[in-house]
Amino acid sequence: MSDLQPEAYKNYTRRGLYIFAVVLCTTLLMVTVSFVPLGNRHFNIALILGAACVNAFLVAGFLMHLLSERKMIYTVLIFTGIVFIGLMGLTLFAHGDVPQITGH
Amino acid sequence: MQATTDTTPHTGAHRPHAAHHEETGFWRKYIFSIDHKIIGIQYGLTALCFLLFGFCLMMTMRWQMAHPGEAIPIIGPLLAKVLGNVAAKGVMSPDLYNSFGAMHGTIMVFLAVVPLLTGAFGNYLVPLQVGACDMAFPRLNMASYQFYFVGGVIMFTSFFIPGGAAQAGWTSYPPLSLIIPTDGQTFWLLGMVCLISSSLLGSVNIITTIIQLRAPGLTWMRLPFFVWSQFVASFLLLLAFPPLEAAGVMQLMDKVTGSSLFLPTGLAVGGKIAEASGGGSPILWQHLFWFLAHPEVYVLILPAMGIVAEIIANNTRKPIWGYKSLVYSSLALGFISFIVWAHHMYLTGMGTRIATFFQTTTMMISIPSVIILTCLLISLWGGSIRFNTPMLFALAFLPMFGIGGLTGLPLGFSASDLHLHDTYYVIGHFHYIVAPGTIFALFAGIYFWFPKLTGRMMNEFWGRVHFWGSLIFMNTIFMPMFAQGLAGMLRRMSDGGANYSAAKVPGASGSLSGQIMNLHTFILWGAVGLALVQIPFIINLFYSIKNGKKTNSDNPWEATTLEWQTPTPPPQINFLKEPEVFRGPYEYSVPGHARDFVPQNEPDAKP
Amino acid sequence: MDIPYTTKARPDTGLYNAKVGMWLFLASEVMLFGGLFSAYILLRVGAPAGTWPHGWLNVALGTTNTIILALSAITTLLAWVALKMNQFPRYKLYHALTIILGVVFLGIKSYEYRDKFHHYEIQLADGRIADGHLLKNQPGSDYVVIEGRFVESHADLLEAHPVGKPAEHSEIRIARSQIKKMQNYGPWHNNFMAIYFTLTSLHALHVIGGLLVIAWLWGPGSRMWFTDPARFTNRVEVSGLFWHFVDLVWIFLFPVLYLT
Repeated sequence: MSDLQPEAYKNYTRRGLYIFAVVLCTTLLMVTVSFVPLGNRHFNIALILGAACVNAFLVAGFLMHLLSERKMIYTVLIFTGIVFIGLMGLTLFAHGDVPQITGH
Repeated sequence: MQATTDTTPHTGAHRPHAAHHEETGFWRKYIFSIDHKIIGIQYGLTALCFLLFGFCLMMTMRWQMAHPGEAIPIIGPLLAKVLGNVAAKGVMSPDLYNSFGAMHGTIMVFLAVVPLLTGAFGNYLVPLQVGACDMAFPRLNMASYQFYFVGGVIMFTSFFIPGGAAQAGWTSYPPLSLIIPTDGQTFWLLGMVCLISSSLLGSVNIITTIIQLRAPGLTWMRLPFFVWSQFVASFLLLLAFPPLEAAGVMQLMDKVTGSSLFLPTGLAVGGKIAEASGGGSPILWQHLFWFLAHPEVYVLILPAMGIVAEIIANNTRKPIWGYKSLVYSSLALGFISFIVWAHHMYLTGMGTRIATFFQTTTMMISIPSVIILTCLLISLWGGSIRFNTPMLFALAFLPMFGIGGLTGLPLGFSASDLHLHDTYYVIGHFHYIVAPGTIFALFAGIYFWFPKLTGRMMNEFWGRVHFWGSLIFMNTIFMPMFAQGLAGMLRRMSDGGANYSAAKVPGASGSLSGQIMNLHTFILWGAVGLALVQIPFIINLFYSIKNGKKTNSDNPWEATTLEWQTPTPPPQINFLKEPEVFRGPYEYSVPGHARDFVPQNEPDAKP
Repeated sequence: MDIPYTTKARPDTGLYNAKVGMWLFLASEVMLFGGLFSAYILLRVGAPAGTWPHGWLNVALGTTNTIILALSAITTLLAWVALKMNQFPRYKLYHALTIILGVVFLGIKSYEYRDKFHHYEIQLADGRIADGHLLKNQPGSDYVVIEGRFVESHADLLEAHPVGKPAEHSEIRIARSQIKKMQNYGPWHNNFMAIYFTLTSLHALHVIGGLLVIAWLWGPGSRMWFTDPARFTNRVEVSGLFWHFVDLVWIFLFPVLYLT
């Protein structure tokens, strides 16, 4: 990233504006979905969070140039992701696993 | 300690280096230093003070437990004078006992042992052992120490506020921690935020230093095991501490703003329904706390194993057995440690599936631990063992950690944990690991690296007195606790279980027998003995700085790792010439060489 | 001996020190906000049915804030790009925009906080509940005035925009003697507000921290451009990474708190 010629950065401006446009549209879509009843509330939530993930992917991938980053960074982040899923997943699993009374 | 003339070409940008050309004043040199060696010593001295303070808290508690209701000699009147009602007539009230207990745990873990392992030993040795001139971010290093210091001050002052220090255990479980009428808990939470931030910044520094600043030729598999242990421990701190910080922020919200993130609906305090909105989850705190606190115990043990490995290799004059196994086991240990935490929560009403999951991972994690211990043990086979003081401590570490680790197994199984949870068995288990385990490794490290810092050896005779006394008395203190725990004596009882003793409730089944209760006196004598043998250590430590036997060598132990290949004490830039590494870290007794060790940076002999 | 790889990348990792350090720090921040998000999910899933509020936050303001932060993420990137192209004045412009956008974000957030602290739920002696924004509350007087509505029970307040029942707000005057309990929508009100305030104030602290660093790099710190441009560019890149992360957290905060 630090060794390219200055001219290579020219199209960053155009790319930045494209990304902003997509993020804007995704956000407005997200907001709209939140007001439209789609039967099951969980379906709304899934769509909304999916849209959020799209936005996150764009910000992280392009603005933080994660898509062109080195293996070392990926390794750290993937490991972090696994640990985070462990925290959230196991905590929720523990919450949901209630002892069943089996005594007769 | 100033740098020698700066004639080396700048590999970075061309910045004027004012520090090289003028004497830095006292404040910049010793107080606001950005030199990792000074910062390491700052951490070391501060942490040793907290270690002593935490020890004193324990002494008063143990005396009171052996003599319930009696005034503590000498200390009692002092406490009464300073703290007032809670120590009326020199007797510790239960509230005071609880605050001493909670703060003993907090101080020992967060203000003494971890800062010694990572802040003192890690800071001082990691840049040296990787051949760097400093940490990757020296000013961040200074900031880390300052956060730690502020956190320590906050924790210490909490004893003196009305209501006293935090009293709900080092685990601070809500709702108890929230309803005790003291600001001590708020101080604890603020102190923890400072300490966690300090640790996080320190971890970023250590990891970046190891990744980026290794000297040419120092590949990952040529790193001393101590560096690997610091690397894994730092990753554990980096990723496990933030959820506790999050939980700490949430508990602060509850304490300061009156929210109910951890207060359940319908909570009654003092017979009345609490004025809170309710809906909170006390279990949530436990999950977030133990998510940190379990990896934390591996932070407590891994760098200690690293220290022991260095000392064993050096004093057996042969390479560590199973270097690769050690490295991969440490990595596996680090990874698995993130998914075992709820074995501290077996009695919270978890379902059987989740309990089985955590039980399985807990059993799995014992495997890499045992591999590491076994490698260290096998390393002794066929060695030319030198029984100096550091080696005595390192050798004793092995069986002591073995006892601690093995006694953890019944706690890891949820079925046996039903009987043992929250009893003295648990206290015996974890103290065996940290006290004759980690602290022995710390003592070993202090005796071992002392000559590198000062150019003098600590006194060997008093070192052995310190060793034998500590070994005997630590076992005197902690071995009986297994018996007490198995008999059903619970933790955190200010009267030492007198309320449940056979003397109090004769004929009740499960009451604590007279023999079990008498062990309190036995343990107290052990604690007194342990205290007495620390005195020669403290004197030895400071006296030898100026009066110890001179080493007349930069490498008195004839060690192979890079920190010994510097002048004594190392100059500000550590290495006069950037080292280049040609071999692994434990090239001892290599056939065909004249000496029985070959330093890592010694060029290969020309054929 | 200077610390190597502060500017040039280390060959085997391909990274310079500050970038490694910042990504490690961001990994820990993922765990920090991850811990809070896990707490949010557990509290919401654990709440008995019909006790978790919906629609209590102003979606228009939240959307505006989202757009503001997204725009500031772009200007941050372009500030770094400008330095890479040796265009220092353009860097100053873009970073100034970032700071202004950040300050506007905080301004809107403060307005939202203030709004909540002025929104009261008043339980009356006769069992009714009045809910609305406080207009008059002089200490000496024997009444308060709110602009709001009456509801029959607390459960009616949980859905702010019930379908088919537009909320009619009017000025209501309540005698103090009638008031059993009066509480504003602070973190003490219920767990949704508690976790909302915790999450957003921690996020806001990160916004403030980021703005302070960016402002320093815009102002006094920008002198380094003239002595060590490569190192300065790296500082801008690394602080930009932090700012993008702050935006990333908001990208999840907004839908989770405002829309779901």
